[in-house]
Amino acid sequence: MMRLTRFLKSTWAATLLAPLFMLFEVLMDLQQPTLMSDIVDKGVATGNLPYVLATGGRMLLVAGLGVLGGLGCVFFSSISGTAFGTELRQGLYDKVQSFSFADLDTLKTSSLVTRLTNDVVQMQNLVMTVLRMAVRAPLMAIGGVVMAMLIDARLALILVVAVPILAIAILVIFRLGFPLFRRLQQRIDRVNDVTRENLAGVRVVKVFVRQEHEVGRFEVANDELRMAGVKASRTMIWLWPIMAVVMNTSVVAALWFGGNLFSVGGLQTGQIMAFINYLSQILMSLMMVAMLMLTISRAKASADRINEVFATEPSISDPEDAVQADGFDLVFDDVSFFYPGSEEKPALDHVSFTAREGETIGILGATGSGKTTLVSLIPRLYDATSGAVRIGGVDVRRIPQDTLRRNIGVALQQSTLFTGTVEENLRWGDPDAADGTLEQAARDAQASDFIQAMSEGYGTVVGQQGVNFSGGQKQRLSIARALLRNPRILILDDATSAVDMATEARLQAALKRRMGHCTILIIAQRISSVVDADRILVMDDGRLAAEGDHATLLRTSYIYRDIVRSQLGEEAVSNG
Amino acid sequence: MAEERQSQSAPPTMNVGARPGGGGGGFGGGGAMGGRMAGPPPKLRNPKGTLLRLVGYLGRKRWKMVFVFVATLVSTLVTLVATRMNGSILDTTIANKDIAGLAAACFLLLGIYLVGTVAAQLQQYLMIDVAQSTIKHLRKDLFDRMQRLPLRFFDRNTHGDLMSRFTNDVENINQTLSQSVAQLFGNVIAVVGTFVAMLLLSPLMTLVAVATVPLITVFTQLVVKFTRRFYKQQQTILGELNGYIEETITGQRVVKVFNREAQVRADFSEINGRLRVAGTKAQIYSGVMGPFMNLVNNLGYALVTAFGAWMVVTGRGVTVGVVFSFLLYQRQFGRPLNEIANLFSTIQSSLAGAERIFGVMDEKPEPADDADAATLHDIRGRVEADDVTFGYDPARPVLKHATFEAEPGQTIALVGPTGAGKTTVVNLLTRFYDVDSGSFRIDGIDLRRIRRDSLRSSLGIVLQDTVLFSETVRENIRYGRLTATDAEVGAAARTANADLFIQRLPQGYDTVLSDDGGNLSQGQRQLLAIARAILSDPAILILDEATSSIDTRTEVHIQEAMFELMKGRTSFVIAHRLSTIRNADLILVIKDGEIIERGCHDELMAADGFYAGLQNSQKKSGLGL
Repeated sequence: MMRLTRFLKSTWAATLLAPLFMLFEVLMDLQQPTLMSDIVDKGVATGNLPYVLATGGRMLLVAGLGVLGGLGCVFFSSISGTAFGTELRQGLYDKVQSFSFADLDTLKTSSLVTRLTNDVVQMQNLVMTVLRMAVRAPLMAIGGVVMAMLIDARLALILVVAVPILAIAILVIFRLGFPLFRRLQQRIDRVNDVTRENLAGVRVVKVFVRQEHEVGRFEVANDELRMAGVKASRTMIWLWPIMAVVMNTSVVAALWFGGNLFSVGGLQTGQIMAFINYLSQILMSLMMVAMLMLTISRAKASADRINEVFATEPSISDPEDAVQADGFDLVFDDVSFFYPGSEEKPALDHVSFTAREGETIGILGATGSGKTTLVSLIPRLYDATSGAVRIGGVDVRRIPQDTLRRNIGVALQQSTLFTGTVEENLRWGDPDAADGTLEQAARDAQASDFIQAMSEGYGTVVGQQGVNFSGGQKQRLSIARALLRNPRILILDDATSAVDMATEARLQAALKRRMGHCTILIIAQRISSVVDADRILVMDDGRLAAEGDHATLLRTSYIYRDIVRSQLGEEAVSNG
Repeated sequence: MAEERQSQSAPPTMNVGARPGGGGGGFGGGGAMGGRMAGPPPKLRNPKGTLLRLVGYLGRKRWKMVFVFVATLVSTLVTLVATRMNGSILDTTIANKDIAGLAAACFLLLGIYLVGTVAAQLQQYLMIDVAQSTIKHLRKDLFDRMQRLPLRFFDRNTHGDLMSRFTNDVENINQTLSQSVAQLFGNVIAVVGTFVAMLLLSPLMTLVAVATVPLITVFTQLVVKFTRRFYKQQQTILGELNGYIEETITGQRVVKVFNREAQVRADFSEINGRLRVAGTKAQIYSGVMGPFMNLVNNLGYALVTAFGAWMVVTGRGVTVGVVFSFLLYQRQFGRPLNEIANLFSTIQSSLAGAERIFGVMDEKPEPADDADAATLHDIRGRVEADDVTFGYDPARPVLKHATFEAEPGQTIALVGPTGAGKTTVVNLLTRFYDVDSGSFRIDGIDLRRIRRDSLRSSLGIVLQDTVLFSETVRENIRYGRLTATDAEVGAAARTANADLFIQRLPQGYDTVLSDDGGNLSQGQRQLLAIARAILSDPAILILDEATSSIDTRTEVHIQEAMFELMKGRTSFVIAHRLSTIRNADLILVIKDGEIIERGCHDELMAADGFYAGLQNSQKKSGLGL
C-alpha cells in the first residue's frame, strides 16, 4: 500500500501541512482539561473570581485557536486526498492505455473498470481519513498519556493496566472477526449470483416452471447469508462491552485512588476531574485506532488490485531501431500464436500466406478457428508467439505502432461506438477530414442514407453503446470510420454480419471502387461476402486448411464445400 | 475535550455509535472526520407509509424488539445516574475524605456500570438477530415476488437497476435496522433524560450548557446547503468519468487500432481535472463540520467550567461535583442531538431504498389462473392462432390479426426481418404476455383457460442467448426435469450430441459452470440447452434463433441434435438463416406484424414473393448464379 504514496508527491506540501495543523489542534484540545482543573483548584478553592474569569477566557481562546488547526487540516487534507485520487486515476488510466491485448485479457476489462472507479475512490477516501484521523487518534492518545502523567504519575499507573488490556482485546476480536467478514462477503456474492442468474434467465425459469426451485435455491443462499451476518456481528459487538468495562473500571479506579490521594493531600479535586477526562480521551482514541485498522484493511484489497495493474509490464512496446516499411505487401511467415493462459493449444498453428498490395483476401472458418486472432496480429493487438508478420518486408514488431496502425483500418462485428455525435465517431478515423471527405466515406459505407434520415443528421448523438442504432447501422458506421482513415490495409472482421445482402453487395462495389489500391481482408460467415475475393483462406482449428479462389476451393477443400453446402445447399456445390 | 465528532464510518455491524450504558465518564463516539458525507437526501413519495411497512417487518420479532427497547432504556438511564454519581462522589466522599464512603460509592458505581454494560450488550445481541432476520425476510419477499412478476416487468426495468435494489437498497436498510433504530431511540431518551437531570441539578447552569445548541443547528444547515451543491457536482462528474472509463476500456480495441491513446488520455485528463476541482470543494465543505463540532464542544466545556466556577465561588448553591456532572452532561446532551440529525438522513436514505423495494413488491404479479383453469394431459400438440392481435403498447400492435394452425408434430418456421413480430409469437405462446384480442389455442383449449405452469411444462424452449446456471453441468441439464436420474441426464446429453464434450471437461458432468457458463463455447452452451429441453420432454418445442450465433458448420452438428429433439413434437422455429428452415412443414413469413406469406418452401419459391426474394438474394449475391 505504501507504494502508492508516490502519487502524493505532486501535493507533498499539503500532505505535510495537514498533519501539522492537526497536531496544532490536538495540542490545543489537550489544554482544556488542565485549564479546567486550574479553575477548580486555583480559582474555586481560593475563591479567586478574576482568576476564574481569566482562565475561562483562556479556555475560549484556546478553543478558538484549535479550530484554526482543525480547519487547516481539513483544507489541506482535502486538497491532498483529491489530488492523490486524481493523479492515481490518471496514472492508472495511462498505464492501461499502454497495455497490449494480452495484458488486457489477463486483467479482464470489467475488473479494470472497477479498479479505475471504485478502488480509486476507496484509496482517495483512505488518504483523507488517514491524514485526519490517523494523525489525530494516536496524537490524542499519546498526548493524553503525557498530560495524565503530568497530573500524577501514580494515578497514571491505571493506564499501564488499562491500555494493554484494551489493545489485546481489540487485536483478538479483529483477528477473530476478519475471517468471518470474508465469509460474509462470500455469502453476499452468492446471493447476488443467484439473483443475477434469475434476472438474466427469467424466461427459462418461467418456461421450465422452476419458480419454486429457484425460491428454494435462493432460500438456502439467503439463510446462509443471514447466519454469516449474525455470526460476524456477534463477534464484533464484544468490542464494546470489553471497552466499556475497561473504561468504567478505570474511571472508578481513578475516583478511588484519586480520593485516597486527595485525603492525604497529594491531589486536588480538579486534578481528579481532569484525569478522568484524559482517561476517556486516551481510551476513545484507541478505539478510533481500531476503527482505522478496519478501514485500512478494507482499503488494502483495493490497493492490491491497483498495484497489480501497475506491476503489469506492457508486453508490447515500440522498437528502438524503427524501420520504414517499403510498400504494403502483407506476409504471414510460419506464424504461431498462443493466448496467455492457454499454452497447450495454439490459437494459430504455423500459418503462412501472402497478400499483395491491392488484393482482397477472404477468411472463412468455424467459430474459434482463429480468424480474428489472425487479423489481430496485423495491427499488433497481439504479437506472434513464433514466426513473423511482415508488411512491405519489415517485421511489424520493428515498425512504430503509431505508423503501423495509421495505415490499417479495422471494422469489427461488435461495432464499438462512443458517446458523442455521429460525426465525432466517424472522425476517429481522421480528425482533420474535410466534411465532404467524411460524407463520401459514409456514402461508400452505405451509411449516409440512414444518417441523413435522422433529424440531426451527422449531429445525431450516439447513446451509450450506440443503443439508438440497429446492429447493421452500427456496423456500417464503424466501416465508414475505418474508410475515412484511408488505410492501406483494411480489415473487416465479420463487419457486415447484420447488414442485409443487397446493401452488402452495394458496399462491396463501393469498396472495390474506393479501395482498389489497398489490401482488404474480409472475415465472414456468409459465403456471399467473400466469394468474389482474389483468394479465400479457410481456417480450421488454428491452421490454414486451404487457400485459393472460390472455384479452386470447391474442388480442393472439403471444409469449404461443407460450408457452401450448409449455407446454399447441395446444388451450389455441384454447380460450382 | 474534543473527542465527539460526528461519526459516519462505523463498520456495518458494530453498534459503536450507539452509546450503550456504562459510558458514565462521558466517552464520546468515534471521531471520524472522513470526508464521506451522505449525498443529498432523496425525495420520498410516501415516507410514512413506507416507514410503517418497514416497522411491520420488525413486528415479526416484536417481543425481541420490546426487549431491545427496554435494554436501551435501562442502559441510557444508567448512564445518566452514573454520570451524576461521578460528581456526587467528588462532593460527598472525596471532599469529606470519607474513605469508607468512597469505597462503598465506588463499588456501587461499578455495579451500576456493569448493569448498563450488560443491558447494552443484550440490546446489541438481540438487535443483530432482529435486523438479520428482518433483512432476510425482506430479501425473500422481494425474490418471491420477482418470481411471480410478469415478463413485461423485466422488459421494462434494467437488470442493473433491479440488482441494485437487491444489493444497495437492502444493505441500506440493513444498516438502518442494525444501528439506527435502537440508536435513535437511545439518543432521544438520552437527550430528554439529560435535559431533565440537568434541570433538576441547576436550571441556570442548564441554560449555559445548552447555549451552544442553536449554534450547531444553524451551522449544520449552512454546511449541508453548501455541501449538497458541491457534492452533487462531484457525483455528476464522477458519473461522467466512470462512463468514459467504461466506454474506452471496453472499446480498447478500437482505441488502439485508431491510434487514439493520446487523445483519450487527454480527454480523460480533462474530466479528471474537473472532478478534482469539484471534489476538493465538496471535501472541504463537508469536512468543515468536524472541526466546527469540536469548537462547539470546547466552547461549551469552557463556558460550563467558567460559569460553574463563578457560581461556586459566589455561593449560588452549586458545588464542584455539580460542575463536574455538568461537564459530562453537556457532552451527553450535544452528541445525541447531533447524531439524531445524522440518523435522520441515514433513515431517510434507507427509506428511499425501502420505497424502491416495496415498489417491486407492489408490482402486479402475473394474474392468477382461473379457478377452473385446465391442466393439460397427453397433449397432441395442435396449436392454433385465431385472429391474434397484440402490442406491448396496446396502441401500437406488433402482431396484427395473425391466424395459423399447426398440426401435431409439424414444424412451423417463422421468417421475416428483425422486429417483424416473430419473437412476439413466442411470448404469446408461453403466455409471457396475453393477447389483446383473438385467441391462441392448444388442442382446442384457449391458453388463458390453461394453468400457466401446466402450459409452460408442456413447452420446451431453446433461446438464442443460452441461459445456464452456476451449478454443475449435470444440474444444468437436470433443470429440464428435476426428478430425472443421472442415467436419464446422460441419455439426454447423448441425444443432444453434448456427451462427447462434457466427458472431456475437467470434471465431466460434475464440472461447475462459471458465471453463466462462461467457460463453455457458444456452441457447447447451446448443446446443453438442447439437452435440457430434451430432458423436459415437451409436447411443443420453440427454437428462437437457437443457432444464430454459431458458425454454419457447427450449426450442422447442432442441427442433428435439434432434428432429434423435434421428432414427434410440434415445433416452432425462428431463424435468420434460410437454410435452417427449408424443411419446415409450414413457413410463415411475417413482416410488420402481419403474416404476408405462408406455405412450404417449394410453394413459397413458386409463388415468387417476399420469401423467394430473400432466398434468391442469398444465392445471387453469393454465387452469381
